Amino acid sequence: MTKRIINLVLPLCGIALAVIAWWAASRMVSDLPSPARTWEESKLYILEPLSKRGETDQGILLLAYYSLLRVARGFLLGIAMGTPIGFLLGVSRTLTRMFDPIMQVLRPISPLAWLPLGLVLFQKSEPAALFAIAVCSMWPTVINTMMGVRAIPQDYWNVAKVLRLSRVTTFTKIIVPATLPYMFTGYRLSLGIAWLVIVASEMLTGTPGVGGFLWQEYNSLVYAHILLAIITIGVVGFVLDRLMGMAETKLRTI
Amino acid sequence: MSFIKAEGISKSFQTAAGTRDVLRHVSLAIDRGEFVSIVGAMGSGKSTLLSLLSGLTQPDTGTVSVGGTVTRGVRNDSAVVFQNYSLLPWFTALENVRLAVEAACPELSKHEQRARATQTLERVGLSNALHKRPRQLSGGMRQRVAIARAFATRPEVLFLDEPFGALDALTRETLQQELARLCRDDDRQVTTVMITNSVEEAILLSDRIVPMIPGPLDYARGARGAPATLGTPIPVDLPRPRTTAQLAHDEQATQARAHVVAALTAALGKKRSNSAPQPDAAAAVLRPVAEEPR
Repeated sequence: MTKRIINLVLPLCGIALAVIAWWAASRMVSDLPSPARTWEESKLYILEPLSKRGETDQGILLLAYYSLLRVARGFLLGIAMGTPIGFLLGVSRTLTRMFDPIMQVLRPISPLAWLPLGLVLFQKSEPAALFAIAVCSMWPTVINTMMGVRAIPQDYWNVAKVLRLSRVTTFTKIIVPATLPYMFTGYRLSLGIAWLVIVASEMLTGTPGVGGFLWQEYNSLVYAHILLAIITIGVVGFVLDRLMGMAETKLRTI
Repeated sequence: MSFIKAEGISKSFQTAAGTRDVLRHVSLAIDRGEFVSIVGAMGSGKSTLLSLLSGLTQPDTGTVSVGGTVTRGVRNDSAVVFQNYSLLPWFTALENVRLAVEAACPELSKHEQRARATQTLERVGLSNALHKRPRQLSGGMRQRVAIARAFATRPEVLFLDEPFGALDALTRETLQQELARLCRDDDRQVTTVMITNSVEEAILLSDRIVPMIPGPLDYARGARGAPATLGTPIPVDLPRPRTTAQLAHDEQATQARAHVVAALTAALGKKRSNSAPQPDAAAAVLRPVAEEPR
């Protein structure tokens, strides 16, 4: 019981300290809004989270919803590409050797670098953003799926051999179930990256969403809303990670 | 005319320390319907031999043939039971067995496949555990599932790789009896090759026992550098059903036991006398050529 209270109180203390630090910083930097002013100016967005007053002047949940929708599409595209690639690389050492250098080079490229290429390729901002999200977020899925296939115990391969399972049956009944926990770890990491990429891509393309909002409010000098957007991005990212984490633990128990 | 025939098979593996010859020119002949046990110490290459016989791996030289045809890959009329059960943890007991039946008997309807799987699990006393996952089952029950999976496909040849090695003594004994019963009950004669490190187990179940003799120590390559060979098969002409209690006092069983133990320890003695670190001379003199089983 006391442990529970401590578990609840300590994080609250941490938050309080962070807010105090924020407040102190706002005293020193004149352009940084204080916590109180941020709340005052953001109230409307938080208390009416779903209202739509204009193209970019919308409730925070609505903005987050646009971003989430975009992330979901980019992320799904990313794992739809990443999962099969991961399986192929996991099964074939030759393919791994062939593509490993390319992967290592592509992996650290920032979303800011992919986005202009996407714009060149697709001409429009929306598909370019999806392209950037997909290309940046697929790597953890590729790598974890590959590792998962490699980690399948020899016993299971022996079962496949001894039962003379066809390639398709081996894939659906052995490789996929055995790899599933690894795949989900990959998905979780990929989703985290997709959410990181969204802000950059919205900022560059100016599409409505949390990131677009952030950039627009910076340009119109409403600095309190920058902080609102930052906190929203953090909270949504945290919730997403927790949800994926829950799905992951569910799968692990199988 | 022997049914399973291994002729001059050799197998070596690449290790960090270099090439390790596990088997060299090993030959073995097994008649149809015979139950043969290969007995040897841990690490003597028994499992390697079994995986070669079953077609799970291919020999470097020599051939394995079953019923006159040379095996390439696992045959569709054979089944293997592994020491560590090798059940798929994401499937229930029934699903594990069904997977084998579906793969081996595609000509049966879904309903028939299911019925076959259920019925085989019932035969090993698991009618209450059909829908349990392996991790919900005890070691003994898991091995029952694995045995059911092997028998469900009605194999001609059964390969058992230390099937009871991971079980406690009591469970082990029950399962040995169950296996003996399954082999007896089956309307068709199953040819069985079992790997074990227990002489008792071999005597309880087999028609013939083949001792597996580890190669002499080879100090140049570390322990067990030299390939293993097979000793002369020892027949066990005892009536069935046999029980452990009855075998403990049986004259013939005692003799067979003494025979097997002598064959295995003779090799140990050879190794000990050869423990001087003179690898080249030792390898030349004492690396025996495989004996043809009579």
